[in-house]
Amino acid sequence: MKVLMFGWEFPPHIAGGLGTACEGIVKGLAHNGVETLFVMPSASGDEDQSCATILNASDVAVQHVSETVEEFLDKVKFINVDSNIVPYVDPEEYFEAIEKMKREQVRETMVGFGQKFKFSGKYGANLLEEVSRYAQVGGTIALQHAGEFDVIHAHDWLTYLAGIAAKELSGKPLVVHVHATSFDRGTDDMVDSRVYSIEKRGMEAADRVVTVSDLTRNIVINKYGIDPAKVVTVHNAVDFSGRENLSVERGVKDKVVTFLGRITFQKGPEYFIEAAAKVLKRTKHVRFVMAGSGDMMQRAIRQVARLGISDRFHFTGFLRGQEVQKMFALSDVYIMPSVSEPFGISPLEAMRSNVPSIISHQSGAAEVLKYALKVNFWDVDAMADDIYALLQYPALSNFANREGFEEVNALKWNNATAKLKKVYESVVNQ
Amino acid sequence: MKKSICLYFQVHQPTRLRLYRFFDIGKDSHYYDDFANRTILKRVAQKCYLPMNELLLDAVKKNKGKFKLAFSISGSALEQFDRYAPEVIEGFRKLAETGCVEFLCETYNHSLSSLASKPEFEHQVLKHKAAVEQYFGVTPKTFRNTELVYSDAIGAMVYDLGFKTMLTEGARHIMGWKSPDYVYNNDLKPDLKLLLRNYALSDDIAFRFSDRGWAEWPLNVEKFLGWVKSSEGEIVNLFMDYETFGEHQGAECGIFEFMRALPDAVAKDKELEFVTPERAAAKHKSVGDLSVPQPISWADEERDISAWLGNELQQDAYNKLYGLQEKLSILNDAALWNDYGHLQESDHLYYMCTKFFSDGEIHKRFNPYDTPFEAFINYMNVLSDFIIRVNNAMAERQ
Repeated sequence: MKVLMFGWEFPPHIAGGLGTACEGIVKGLAHNGVETLFVMPSASGDEDQSCATILNASDVAVQHVSETVEEFLDKVKFINVDSNIVPYVDPEEYFEAIEKMKREQVRETMVGFGQKFKFSGKYGANLLEEVSRYAQVGGTIALQHAGEFDVIHAHDWLTYLAGIAAKELSGKPLVVHVHATSFDRGTDDMVDSRVYSIEKRGMEAADRVVTVSDLTRNIVINKYGIDPAKVVTVHNAVDFSGRENLSVERGVKDKVVTFLGRITFQKGPEYFIEAAAKVLKRTKHVRFVMAGSGDMMQRAIRQVARLGISDRFHFTGFLRGQEVQKMFALSDVYIMPSVSEPFGISPLEAMRSNVPSIISHQSGAAEVLKYALKVNFWDVDAMADDIYALLQYPALSNFANREGFEEVNALKWNNATAKLKKVYESVVNQ
Repeated sequence: MKKSICLYFQVHQPTRLRLYRFFDIGKDSHYYDDFANRTILKRVAQKCYLPMNELLLDAVKKNKGKFKLAFSISGSALEQFDRYAPEVIEGFRKLAETGCVEFLCETYNHSLSSLASKPEFEHQVLKHKAAVEQYFGVTPKTFRNTELVYSDAIGAMVYDLGFKTMLTEGARHIMGWKSPDYVYNNDLKPDLKLLLRNYALSDDIAFRFSDRGWAEWPLNVEKFLGWVKSSEGEIVNLFMDYETFGEHQGAECGIFEFMRALPDAVAKDKELEFVTPERAAAKHKSVGDLSVPQPISWADEERDISAWLGNELQQDAYNKLYGLQEKLSILNDAALWNDYGHLQESDHLYYMCTKFFSDGEIHKRFNPYDTPFEAFINYMNVLSDFIIRVNNAMAERQ
C-alpha cells in the first residue's frame, strides 16, 4: 500500500498540532507497512534543512527498532512546495505571515518539476489563491508520480483542493482527514463561508472522511451534510517515545493549576478564570497559570484584574519547546475547558507528565480518556470543585496520575494507523 | 511688589524592572533591569543633568542671588546617581551650597502612597527628608507630591508632617474662574500654602518649545517674559521635569540657550524676580481656600489620577501592593522595605495605562513595554515573588 499525502508542516518546524499528528501518522503507517509520499508547502525558508533533519531522522530509528533508518526513508519521501501558506491558520496569523514575507525580498523557488513560481509581495496576499495554487501543484505531483500510489490522503481544508485535483488527475481514491472544522475556529454565526465551502467540497469529493473524534464526526455529518456511512472516526494518538519527563525545581510552594493553549474563544479561557476565582475563595494555597497567547489574552488579563486575583493568576505568554515541558513539570493540575475541541492533544501530554487533567466534555479527547476528570465547559462550579478536589485530596490526584499515565501511554499511533490502513483498503478495493 | 517667578524642576528616574517570568517566581528575587537603568541614567546625565547643572550654577553665580530655583529629586533617582553617576550629585550639591536653590521633599520612591496608606506615606516622606539632609545638608521645608498629586486630605497629611508650603497643579477643573497665579491655602489646614503650576506657561517650555508646528515657534526669552508679565496674578509657577532640558527637548532646539538667557533677563527686569517656593509662601498672602475633594495631578488632559489608576489592571496591582503595608511595618526589614519602595514607583502603574488615544504620545515615550498588558503581567510576576518573601518572613517571625 502506498499513499500520496498532502500536509502542511512537519516537525521540527511546526506551528500547530497538525505537523505533530502528521509525523505520528506517517511513522505509524510505515510501521503498518504503508509507504507515504508526503507533500508539504512551507513558508519558513529553510525547508530543505528541515527536511534534511527529518530525513536524517536519527530520532526515528529509536522508535522503530525493528526497522533500519534506510527502510524508513524509503517509505517516506518528501516533496516540498514552497508557499506562503502557514500551517494552522487563523486568518490573522496568516496575514501577519504575509506581511512578514513582503518585507523580505522576492524569492524564486523551484517547484520540483521545472515549473517556476515567482513570489512577489503582492502574490499570494490571498489565502484562497494560495490554496488553489497548492491544488495545481498537487495535481502536477499526482501526474508526475502516477503509479506510485494507491490512495490520496489530504489533511485539513487547505489541502483538500490539492487532494481533489490529485484524485481527478490520477483517478485514485481520496481520503480527507478532518483535524478541525470551521465550527471549531469560529462561532456558528461567524463561520468563514469560503473556508466552509472548500471543506464541504473536499468532504463530498472524498471517498472516505476521517475525523479525529466522534464530536467532529457529528459536526461533519450534521453541519456539512455528509453521508454518515463514509465518515469514520480515527482518534488521535500521541508519540512519547524518546521523551523524558523533566524534573524542575519549583520556585513556588503553592499548587499550580495550568491552562496551556491558544487564548481564544474556542479554548474557553474565561471559564477557567471564573473557576479560578471560585477556588481562590476557598483556598489561598494555589496559583493559576494561563500559558499561551491569542486574541482573547487582553480580555483575559482584564478579567483577572477585575476579579482581583492577579497576584495568584499568572500569564506566561507563548511558550516554546522546552518551556512547555517545564510548565507541565511545574503543574499540579492541567485544565482544558474548551468550548469546542476536535481532539485536544495537550491533556495527553499533561497526563504523560504526571499531571492529572480536567477536560471539557466538548473535546474529542474526552472520548478516549477515562482517567481525566470531565466537566461541561460552562459549568464553572463543577470545574472549581474538580480543581479543589485534585488539589486537596491526594488519593484522587495520585489515582488520576497513575492511571492517566498508563492510559495515555497506550494511545499509540501504530494502533490508530492500523485503523487508517483499513480505511485505505476499503476505498482501494472498492 | 515685583511679580514672582517660581521655577521648580522635578528629577526622577524609575527603577525599571527586568523581564520577570512566571518561572522566576520564588527563585530569583532580583527584580531590576540594571543594564537599562544604568544605560538610560548615563545617557540622560550626559544630555541633561550634567550640562544643566553646570549651566544653572553659572547662572546662579553670575546673577549674585537674583536667580533662584528649586529641585525635587526622588530617592529612586538619588540611588541611581549614587550608583551610576555620582558627579550629578556633586553638581546638585554645588547648587545647594549657593543658598539660592531650594530642595523640596517628596515621597522617597515617587510613589502614590498618599492615596493608599497614611503610614506608608509618612514613612516615604520621612525617608526622603532624611535623604535630602544627608546628600545636600539642607532640611526641606516645602513639599511636592508625586506627579503633583493633591487633594484636601493629602494637603492635611502634609501639613501634619510639618510642611507649610505645597506645590500642585493649577488644574482647570479645580480652579474654575480662579487664576493659578496667586497663592492659595488648603481647605482643611489654612496654614498650608499652595503654589499652583501655571500649566500653559510651563508647557510652553516643557512641551511646545521645539514644536515647529506651534504658532509661537520659535520661542525666545523676550516673548516668554512678555507672556509672564501679561498674566494677571502675583506669581507664575513654572513647574516641569528637569529632563525637559536636553532630553525631552533636544539641545539642538536651543533650549539651553533659552535657559541661559532667562535668568539674566529676569535679573535685569524691574517688574520680575525669581523666588523659591519657600520664599514665595513668605512673600505672598493666600487669596483664599482652595477646595480639592478629589485628587488632582499634573498628568494628561484630565489632570487627575487616571494615568495610574484608570483601569482595572492598575487598580488590582495597586490594591495588591498596598495590601502589604501592614506586614511591611511589622517586619521592618531593610531589604523588604527597599524592594517595597521600588515597587511603589508610580511609573510601574503608568506603564499599564490604557488611555492610548488622547495622551498616548506622552505615555509611549516613557514606556519600556509594548503593551499595558505586558507591563501588568511582568509587574504582577515580580509582585508575586515579593509577596512570597513577605509571607515567608511573617511565617518565620511567628
